[in-house]
Amino acid sequence: MFKWKTDEFSWVDFTIDVLRILIVLGVVVGAWNTLSSGRITFAQWVNLFAAGLSQGSIYALIALGYTLVYGILLMINFAHGEVFMAGAFSAVFLAEAFNRTGFLNEQPLLAILLMIMFAGLLSMTVAILLERVAYRPLRGSPRLVPLITAIGASFFLQYTFRGLYGSGFKAYPQVKILQGAVSIGGINIPIVQIFVFCSALVLMLGLYWLVERTRVGKAMRAVSENKEVARLMGIDIDWVIMFTFGVGGFLAGSAGVINGMFRPQGVNFFMGFIPGIKAFTAAVLGGIGNIPGAMLGGLFLGVIEAIGPNLVLAGLGIPGANQLKDVIAFTMLVLVLIFRPQGILGERLSEKKA
Amino acid sequence: MKRLFLFLTALSMLLGLGGPAFADSHCMDELGCVEVGPDDPIVIASILAMSGPASFYGADTLGGIELAILGRDGMLLGRDIELVEEDSYCAAEGGQAAAQRVAADESIVGVIGTTCSGAAQGAMPIISEAGMLMISSSNTSPSLTNDDADAGGTYYPGYFRTAHNDLFQGAMGARFAVEVVKAGKVATVHDGDPYTEGLAVVMANEFAGLNGEVVFQGAVSKGDTDMSAILTEIAASGPDLVYLPVFTPESEFLVSQAANTPGLENVRMMTADGSFNADFAPNIGQAAAGVLMTGPHVSGDAYQEFLAMWAEEQPGGTDTPPSGFHAHAYDGTNLLLDAVEAVAEEKDDGTLVIGRQALRDAMAAVEDYEGLTGTLTCQEAPLYMGDCATGTALAVFEIGEAQVDEGAWPPPIVWDLSMSMGG
Repeated sequence: MFKWKTDEFSWVDFTIDVLRILIVLGVVVGAWNTLSSGRITFAQWVNLFAAGLSQGSIYALIALGYTLVYGILLMINFAHGEVFMAGAFSAVFLAEAFNRTGFLNEQPLLAILLMIMFAGLLSMTVAILLERVAYRPLRGSPRLVPLITAIGASFFLQYTFRGLYGSGFKAYPQVKILQGAVSIGGINIPIVQIFVFCSALVLMLGLYWLVERTRVGKAMRAVSENKEVARLMGIDIDWVIMFTFGVGGFLAGSAGVINGMFRPQGVNFFMGFIPGIKAFTAAVLGGIGNIPGAMLGGLFLGVIEAIGPNLVLAGLGIPGANQLKDVIAFTMLVLVLIFRPQGILGERLSEKKA
Repeated sequence: MKRLFLFLTALSMLLGLGGPAFADSHCMDELGCVEVGPDDPIVIASILAMSGPASFYGADTLGGIELAILGRDGMLLGRDIELVEEDSYCAAEGGQAAAQRVAADESIVGVIGTTCSGAAQGAMPIISEAGMLMISSSNTSPSLTNDDADAGGTYYPGYFRTAHNDLFQGAMGARFAVEVVKAGKVATVHDGDPYTEGLAVVMANEFAGLNGEVVFQGAVSKGDTDMSAILTEIAASGPDLVYLPVFTPESEFLVSQAANTPGLENVRMMTADGSFNADFAPNIGQAAAGVLMTGPHVSGDAYQEFLAMWAEEQPGGTDTPPSGFHAHAYDGTNLLLDAVEAVAEEKDDGTLVIGRQALRDAMAAVEDYEGLTGTLTCQEAPLYMGDCATGTALAVFEIGEAQVDEGAWPPPIVWDLSMSMGG
């Protein structure tokens, strides 16, 4: 019917425009319906936002591991969720021991710090071994090869830890000082959420300092710019890549313990899968390869997941809106890939990286 | 081409020789017969969740089956009883795959399983088609015994269960909420699994029937850890009681996060048998105190003897059963073995012939059977096709300090059907 228009009219652009308008319309109508019904109070919105921010900080910490590795090797390390699981699952036993001896509630900050160090170092070891055993021998092979290897490595790690610790569910013990809430402007924010956000912030600042202000950080940036030139400048590339995996692993392991303080239950060998996928989404949202992008993408995803179902979907009268939380997360991923493939903070990939 | 055809013909003839013995002259059964040679064992199968998050149910049920077989010294009609174990992972795909392996084995007379209702929906079409029968000791979804497909029923001939139908469990939860908790408003949460969704719907309908108001019906996804969004929504609807018949660990996340959700701090929580395990309270901690649970409750001298036998034999390596459906499995296995005993005919050459339709008929005819779980009568009424349990072995439990601090299990009973007679 519109055939005569094809020279100035592109069906692809048209469909994308229609999609854009529909999405904006859906979001506006849904949000308007929800807000005008007044079903959820302002304080409850703030609570949702805070919970989303905390969940988002955990996504961000894991996402950094994806983005660091991508920045340097241009590969997606799909086994990274399992690196997170390794730390979280192992540290639960340390946490139980601390709880039994009473150390956890006598010296809570020291105990949590020790748990974070333990999980971080363990995950770091796992990540470094992963790089050494599974990825380094394949460096230089076609890009699909390490991707498939990563999936295989992911299964290997899952079932190794199942073999080590069993298939049951564990839970982190509760830390007394993290219970309760503080009132900020009349709104109660749980202390544990403030703790999660702050400790994630400290780790992220630490990473920023490492990458921007130290010699090894400079080497990492150089390798990510151009491996061959970096090698000519006398940088030990293999060591830098191993170090990058180690840093990503440390962040993932600490995220495991922080997550355990925030969401204590559900610790088992499969717990890394969903956070891994979500963190990957966050990394792509922010612009993969970009460090502030991964932080922002994680926080953004956490908040959207917490607020989206109640704000938009419930307003549109969709039943079981909260079951569709993951749909929102992955719809965001698709939308970003359609409208801004480089991500929120990502730069257009130069030819060498594309 | 011709050679290929000849080869295929030859191959099918060869396979035909080793195939089923249906056509044998002494089987008069319309679904065919199982023939057990003079020195062969009688084979039954189990399709249970042996791995994954629900594996403690599988271990619980398997223990019940093993003790039922041991209770007969492993013998039936002078032959050994052999158990073939299959894993269904608590999922429809797992149930389907396991059922295909079972259906391919002509020597199997019947199946005990599945653990989860979702798995039964995958398994039953295949088991039924193969002419076999399956007795479940822990499927509770109402749809499995509902033969009205237009109303969501997924009943297939050959299905029986000794577990309670959730029509009983949901009704019990609703009555307790109204009569004891004095709740006027209820919110329900399921996780999309047929079992949890069915139970949430039954409870909501019963509650509404008792003049209660259902203010929220929602769902989470399996694998969710952050429940803040749905809990905020629930808090906004202002219920007196939240009914969350989901599995662990989702129920653990919901209960522990509800304690920190403004507006839900003092709202009662009720879960069902999907969370009925000893780790539930310790995993949650203090927030678990006061949580109500509906679940299987078995008592009596015969049951005490069963527990003593469990402690002695330790099936699966545990002193006590890990969950609450072992007695149902014990009863189910005994019903199956009794039915085999009743219909098996011994031929002159010592071969046992067991008619598959005759087996189903024998199960359907079970009446006033005294089992560990009470008096069992298998029904053929609409909504209750193949339901052998009568819902008497159910109770409401309340988690207290002993469960949280010491991991004591099961929690004390606060209500059972005998207490509701007057109410």
